[in-house]
Parts: sequence; structure tokens; C-alpha cells
Amino acid sequence: MEHDFDVIVIGGGHAGSEAAHASARLGARTGLVTLKRTGIGVMSCNPAIGGLGKGHLVREIDAMDGIMGRAADLAGIQFRLLNRRKGPAVQGPRAQADRKLYKQAVLSMTEQQPNLDIVEGEAVDFLMQGDRVCGVILDDGSQLRAKAVVLTTGTFLRGVIHIGDSRRAGGRMGDKPSVKLAERIDSFNLPLGRLKTGTPPRLDGRTIAWDKLESQPGDAEPVLFSFLSRGVSVRQVSCGITHTNAQTHEIIQANLARSAMYGGHIEGVGPRYCPSIEDKVVRFADKSSHQVFLEPEGLDDHTVYPNGISTSLPEDVQHDYVHSMIGLEQAVITQPGYAIEYDYVDPRALGAQLNVRDVPGLYLAGQINGTTGYEEAAAQGLVAGLNAALAACDADPVTFSRTTSYIGVMIDDLTTRGVTEPYRMFTSRAEFRLSLRADNADQRLTQVGIDIGCVGEERQARFKDKMERLEAGRAKLKERTYTPKELSPLGLKLSQDGARRSIYDLLALPDVSLASVLPLDATVADIDPEVAAQLERDALYANYVDRQQRDVDAMRRDELKEIPADFDYAVIDGLSNELKVKLSKARPVNLAQAARVDGMTPAALTLLLARLRKAARVKSA
Amino acid sequence: MDTIFALASAPGKAGVSVLRVSGPKALPVAQAMCGPLPAPRHSAVRTLRRRDGSTLDQALVLTFTAPASFTGEDVAEFHLHGSPAVIAAVLDTLSMEDGLRQAEAGEFTRRALENNRLDLAQVEGLADLIDSETEAQRQQALRVLSGALGDQAEAWRRDLIRAAALIEATIDFADEDIPEDVMPEVRDLIQRTSVSLDREIAGTTIAERVRTGFEVAIIGAPNVGKSTLLNTLAGREAAITSEYAGTTRDVIEVRMDLGGLPVTLLDTAGLRETEDHVEKIGIGRALDRARLADLRVVLTEDGNVPAVELGPDDIVTRTKADLGGEGISSTTGKGIDDLVQRIRLILSRRAANAGIATRARHRVAMQRATGHLSAASALTELGPEAADICAEELRTAIRALDSLVGRVDVESLLDEIFSSFCIGK
Repeated sequence: MEHDFDVIVIGGGHAGSEAAHASARLGARTGLVTLKRTGIGVMSCNPAIGGLGKGHLVREIDAMDGIMGRAADLAGIQFRLLNRRKGPAVQGPRAQADRKLYKQAVLSMTEQQPNLDIVEGEAVDFLMQGDRVCGVILDDGSQLRAKAVVLTTGTFLRGVIHIGDSRRAGGRMGDKPSVKLAERIDSFNLPLGRLKTGTPPRLDGRTIAWDKLESQPGDAEPVLFSFLSRGVSVRQVSCGITHTNAQTHEIIQANLARSAMYGGHIEGVGPRYCPSIEDKVVRFADKSSHQVFLEPEGLDDHTVYPNGISTSLPEDVQHDYVHSMIGLEQAVITQPGYAIEYDYVDPRALGAQLNVRDVPGLYLAGQINGTTGYEEAAAQGLVAGLNAALAACDADPVTFSRTTSYIGVMIDDLTTRGVTEPYRMFTSRAEFRLSLRADNADQRLTQVGIDIGCVGEERQARFKDKMERLEAGRAKLKERTYTPKELSPLGLKLSQDGARRSIYDLLALPDVSLASVLPLDATVADIDPEVAAQLERDALYANYVDRQQRDVDAMRRDELKEIPADFDYAVIDGLSNELKVKLSKARPVNLAQAARVDGMTPAALTLLLARLRKAARVKSA
Repeated sequence: MDTIFALASAPGKAGVSVLRVSGPKALPVAQAMCGPLPAPRHSAVRTLRRRDGSTLDQALVLTFTAPASFTGEDVAEFHLHGSPAVIAAVLDTLSMEDGLRQAEAGEFTRRALENNRLDLAQVEGLADLIDSETEAQRQQALRVLSGALGDQAEAWRRDLIRAAALIEATIDFADEDIPEDVMPEVRDLIQRTSVSLDREIAGTTIAERVRTGFEVAIIGAPNVGKSTLLNTLAGREAAITSEYAGTTRDVIEVRMDLGGLPVTLLDTAGLRETEDHVEKIGIGRALDRARLADLRVVLTEDGNVPAVELGPDDIVTRTKADLGGEGISSTTGKGIDDLVQRIRLILSRRAANAGIATRARHRVAMQRATGHLSAASALTELGPEAADICAEELRTAIRALDSLVGRVDVESLLDEIFSSFCIGK
């Protein structure tokens, strides 16, 4: 059969553009189908990229030569490394991005990417061959054939926008909902759930009394996302901070019944970690004030995004409560806040490649899988795009393990545990957090990317050079060992165990830096600052990472204990019906995944293991 | 699925020996051997025959139908005359049946586990119950069977997860409304759990003793009457006695039930300066074993106590009281009951502190957890810079407790449990 493309990606948001780029980087002929070219790379919610856990994801995408980190660096107007005072494992880079610049960066990278075509149009249906998806049909009737299709259409499935008691069908503000495609997806009988998310009203920055407000500048030394970036590209700005107060809360309390949420118009589940202002006021009634960050949306855009007051209250109430806050007394609302409710596909219906298990040829990525956030979407786009392209070329799939990446943590969480609220990445989701750091994402993943062929020449060269310098530096710090007596001039608190320690060992102690060991070996100062800083971070956790290795090995062992795809949970006597249903839904591929299925108990796991062994015995007998 | 069979009672001659068959063919095979079966959970006397019709034995036959049986499968039990020849003949006949085979070690219990008739903790408790020889052991095994350890571990886990969650909140939500100082509550939770764990760890050693037996060493100068006392307590000539000093060279062990407590009495070489090479080795052993024993009973004839380090509970008593004076006499039995009573009181006071964790495996896991908890506790003092490492220590402690109840590393846990089972149980 003639194919127009190897891979078609539907949707040009963060998941879609990352998926299209990943596929094209592997050399697959890729088509990016989007309503309009100008919709590519739009930041539909807050004008920021990164954060805790999220920044890790961006670094990992970048390590695989993805686009999000580079685009954010080009568009960043304020960079802050979160948790700067805490250890490097929990530090997350974050940036305010100029919306327009970000969009421009993504679009221009998309236009320049070889093997990647932008197709403007609405995908109204899939082309089917039996139960296999083999392309898309556009609204003008044209048909595009492909070996694999990645669907990244965010909140379009039965999306409903609520502003107070008024509502209308729609994807994002201004986008039209696709109906036929939704019907096609319904015909696959995928398990669906309903979620909601909210946005705050947007303000005109020229009407904010900035001089009354606390200002939050970026870091003096900006930490960027991409391992390739060397500095900020544009002028840097500050954010403002204001607070809700008793009057704000009173206004909201008095109008709760008019909120879409509390008026009973919304049934979807919202995120607990990003509650609407109505939720905050109701659920944390004892708190008299909440922080509101005023984030500029761009250098030549006066729009301000007040982070922390998303809402589904009617417009007039939004005016009142916004004006109740210091600095916002005169603020003009340029676009009211709204809540959006949408269907998502239960990600337990997906495999580790984000392929829909029961619909060959179809991959899902982004918000449609129940996640929230640009970074989560982009990381899924990367996984789906790479695997769609690999499948299209009959190559082995690439899977990401929890033991080596946040991407792996997320994919595993989604496909084994499903979601009960919009899924957002946190560092605490990663059990091997100390080794999965934002600073070593390249050391963890770039070689994987090089091996499968999605890393460009520039990054390969930079990576190789950096690794060589790191290895040389590490070898230098490890080559000589010192007795406690030799170390005594440094005045460190060392156990007098007679053990010899290298400089690398010393760096694992609190408060020891390379600068403080110069008396031992002055030539350490010759290590270049970037490598030196990285070695300090690597060495800091060395003891813990060694210890974790045992757990990593245990998990790998359990990952090796595969569960057959046709394994029948219904026949396990003693397993609760609830767990049987959950396991049948999640269909874990190995014992390690089964252990993480929500509600799994030690006893249930034992039953499962016993049954697996029984099956293995029957087989070998 | 194979049908398995094995002798469920101890091998050897006995009034009755019980043979158990479990699996889908248990009932048809039983019927083939003895004709119409009694109703489930009822018994009947039947003549067991080979396929050729020749008689094997007259037996009491019992049946259970799945899932209401020990294994959760169909089960037939034959209560045979307890003769090795009868048992051998019936086992032989069963092994000729298609789809039947001898059970592997622990296989009945394994099937009970697979069919959810027992959970992991109960399997451990069951193993203890079967091995129990004394009243204290029986009570302890029943406590484990009840799942108390799992409940306690769950409570610890809850507290630690709460502590970890508090720290995680300061890490993952640093850019949002930062919670007030959580460290005091974290320290409280860690402290509370550590104290509880320490108590349980202390109890584990005792519980292990209840499971495996207390060691009581009898020590003293040569010819003071140690072996005579041992023989009196054991009620038999376990140790050779003579009027010659230095008769006992090696350590002699006698296992006994002392008022419900399992006790191993150790008779040791008399302590004295000697040039005899073999006797010297014996004295070295005596001192080593005495040091490791749970309790030392020092016998003395003249009131001189050998230079051995003694604990507060250790007993010093005069011997040969039949020759006059206070103390005990193995010859007349004077003071022996009092001595036994004293040993029993001391040991049962200790046994009362036995925890719900009864195995070295449990203790190791709990000790690992407390180790990480004390590290975590110290790290809470270092402030936010150490939050990542503190959280890591907490997680490691939680994982250690998880291994206690079998949440992780299930495979090796199962292997360990099943390796301690012997056939037919």
C-alpha cells in the first residue's frame, strides 16, 4: 500500500509537536496535522515551563534531542531554579516564557526539521483497515495514509467550557470541537473518564499597580533547560506577587452557588494540587490568604497571568474578587477565567509505548491520557513519536524504565495505575530520585537516544566531549586516596576508621566542595567549572546511589518476571473482585508493574506470583 | 494441575498414620481404592484395595471438597494403621495412578497459600505451630498466625509515610504556598516509630528464644556436680558422671520442656587450670557457650565462684547439700524443685516480653529500618538542605518494613519460607 507518511501526528500542541519532531528525527516521514499552522506550540495555560519534576522532564526531553527545552530557553523571560537551597536531586529549572516567542521557536524548528511536513486541516476521522488505524481523513475529504498515527488532541473529547452557569462545547478557548473523530474513538470502546481543569482570568498588566506589589526577580545566574543552550536570549523580567484577603474570600463564599463547580454543573475531577480559588476558599477555610503570582505573558504583551486564582465563577464575580486584591484594584480583565471539562482515555488501556493496546497503529499522548501540564504532554509526545516511528520502520520499540528516567516513572504510573485526577509530575513520584536528577539527564538518556538514532550531530559531539571531560575529571578525583591523617588539615569531621578516601569520596560529605580540597591537590582547580560542578553533584549522592542500586536491581528482577498478555486474573481464587478488575484493566506486563497497581496488597501480590509460578510449572512440565 | 499425596503424620510406627491426597483427582482415586466415599467432612471405615482388588489396609477415610479444605482443593485423607509397611504399600499404589505424584516439601501449604486459604504471615505462624514443642511456643505461634505483625508493620508504615509525605510536601511544593515548619511533626513521628521498633526488636530476640529454645549453661569447678544436676533434671543419664574431676570434656546439650518453656541445658567442662590439652579445649568451649547462653547456673561446693562474668539474673547455688548446709542435692533432690522454679520464673519473665516478630528475618528488617530512621532523624536537624537525603532515608526505612510483610522481594521471601518446610505439612 502507498503511504503518504510513515507517521501522522494529530495536534500541534506540546505533545503533538514533540511527537512529530521525535518521529522525524528518527528519519520517519512525518506529517503534523493541525487546525492551523499558528496553533503549533501554543501555551494554552500558564506562561511557564518547568518546575519541580516538570523541569526534570524537560531536561530528559532535551537529552533525547527534543525541542521543548530549546524553545523554552529561546523564549524564557525569567529563569528560576526551584529548591536552590536544597540538594541538586530536588532542584528543578523553571522559566516564564514569552508566549509569542515560544510559539515562534516551536514553529520555526518545526518548519526547519527535515522529514516533517505541516498539514493544515481538521482530522475528522481515522482511515481504518479492519481494526487497524492506517491514516486520517481531513475535513476537506482528503485521505492521508500512514503506518502509525499519534493522537494528541488534548481536551477535545466532549470538552465543555464553563464560565459560571454558562457553558459551551469546545476545546480550548477559540478552538472548534471535533465531533466525528470523537465518535470514531467511541467506537473503539476505550475506557473513558472525566476530568476538569481551570484557568484564571487574564489581566491587562498596564492596569496593575506594580509599585504596590512585592516583586519576584529571576535568578542572578539563570539555569537554562537545554544542555545545548549557553545563555538567555531575550531581556529578563520580574513577576509580581499579591495575595487574596478576607474580602476576596467573602466575595467568593457569597457567590459559590454561581460557580460552575459548586453550582453542580461540573462532574469531572479536578487536580488537588492546583485547586480553583473556589476550592481553596472552601477546603482551606482556616487560611485567610493565598499567594497569587502575577506572571507576564510576554515582553511586548501586556497580558498578565495571575497564577493561583483559576475559577469557574461568573465574569462579574471574577471582576469583584480580582479588584479586592492589593495592586489589582483597577485591573482590567482581558479574558475571563473558565473551567473546562473533558473526557480522557484511561491510560491503562495503553502499552508502555503509549500505543492503544486494542487498536493497532494508534498512539495517544498528552492531556487525552489524563495528564496535565506542557511538560508531561511533551514527554509523552516524545515516547509516542519515537515508538510510532520505530514501529513504522519495523524497529524494536524503546521503553523508558522508572529506574532511569522521570519519563519512565510517568509512563509506568499512567499505564499501570491510571489516573484519578489530572496527572502531574512530582519529584516524589520517582523512587530513585537521587540518581534521576535534572543535571544528569544527558548522562542517563542521551546515549539511549544516540543508539536509536534520534540525536542530531551537534548534540552527539557536545555529549561525547562532555562525557570525556567528566570521565577524565572523575578519574582525577579518584586516582589518589588519602589517610585520615593526611586529611586532618582540612578540619573535616571524619570517622577515624583508618580508611583511605579519595577527593571524590570527600565530596559526598556535607559542606565539602572542590574548592575546600585545594590544599590536598591544587591541580583540581584545572578542572573546568562546568565539569567540576557536575562532578560535585554526582559525588554528593554517590553513597546513596550505590545503596539504591540494590533496590534498582530488585525492581529489574521483578521487571523480568513477565506476565503473559493473556493472563487471566479472574481465575485467581482469593483475589478481591476489585483487584481483579484493576489488574485486568491495567494488564501489567511484569511483576514490578503489578506491584504498583493501585490497591495491590502484599497478599495479593503473593497470590499473583504463586499463580505465575504455577503457570510456569505447568508450562515446563 | 497435579494431584499430590504425602504422609501427613510423622514417619515410623504409630497407632494411626494419616495420608493426605489433594487435587482434582483426589476423590476419584480415593473412590477407586475404597468404593463409595463418605459425604464431605464425614468419615467412614473402608477397605483400601489395589487396582487388582488385593487388600491394602482397613482405614478411616475422610473427604473435603474444594474450596473448604486445608489446601482449597479436593482432599481425601486416609487414617491408616501406623505401620511402615502399610504406609509404603499405600504410597506405592497411589504413585501408580495417572496424574498423581508425591508432594514436594511444603507443597500442601503452598497450595493453601495459592488458593488464599492462608496468607504469608499465617504460613510462618503455621510452621511455628507445627514445630512448637512447648506451651509458650504454641501461644506465640498462634499470635503470629493471627497476623499481629502485619498489623503492627502497617501502623509503622502509616506513620513513616506520613513523615515522608510532610518532607515531600516541602520539596515538591516549594514554589507554591510553602507549608509551615513540618520538621517537629516529622521528628515526632520518627521518634515514635523508632521507640516502638526498638521495643519490638528487643522482643524479637526473646521471641526467637521462645521459638528455638533458651540456653541455660551449668558451670562450675570440676566435680562440683554439674553433670549429676543435668542428669537429675533430664531424668536420665545424659552425661557421664564419676568421682574423677574433668570427666565432662565437651558441651553436652539436653533439650527439655521447663514449665512450658523450651530450654536447652548445657553441661560444661569444669573450670580449672589444666595442662591437659583436650581438657583445655573443653574448658574454652565451656566458657564460650556459657557466655552466649541466656542464663548461667553456677554450682559451687565451697562458696568459691569461678571467674566468669555473671549477669544479674544468673544463679549461684551450693551443691551437695545432702552433706549439710544450704543449696541443692542431686542425691536427695533437696532444693532441685526450687532451682527449677527459679530458672522457670526468670525465663518466663523474659518470655513475657516476647514480641510479635519472631524471626531473625523480622529483626534484621526492623533493625535496618531503625538504622535509617536514626539517620533521618539526625538529618531533620540540618534543615532544608538535607531534605532530599532525609526523605531518602525515610523511604529506605519504609522499604525495610515493606520487606517485613512481603510487599517487596516477594520471590525471595517465598523461597525462604518454603525452604523451611518439610514434606507433607
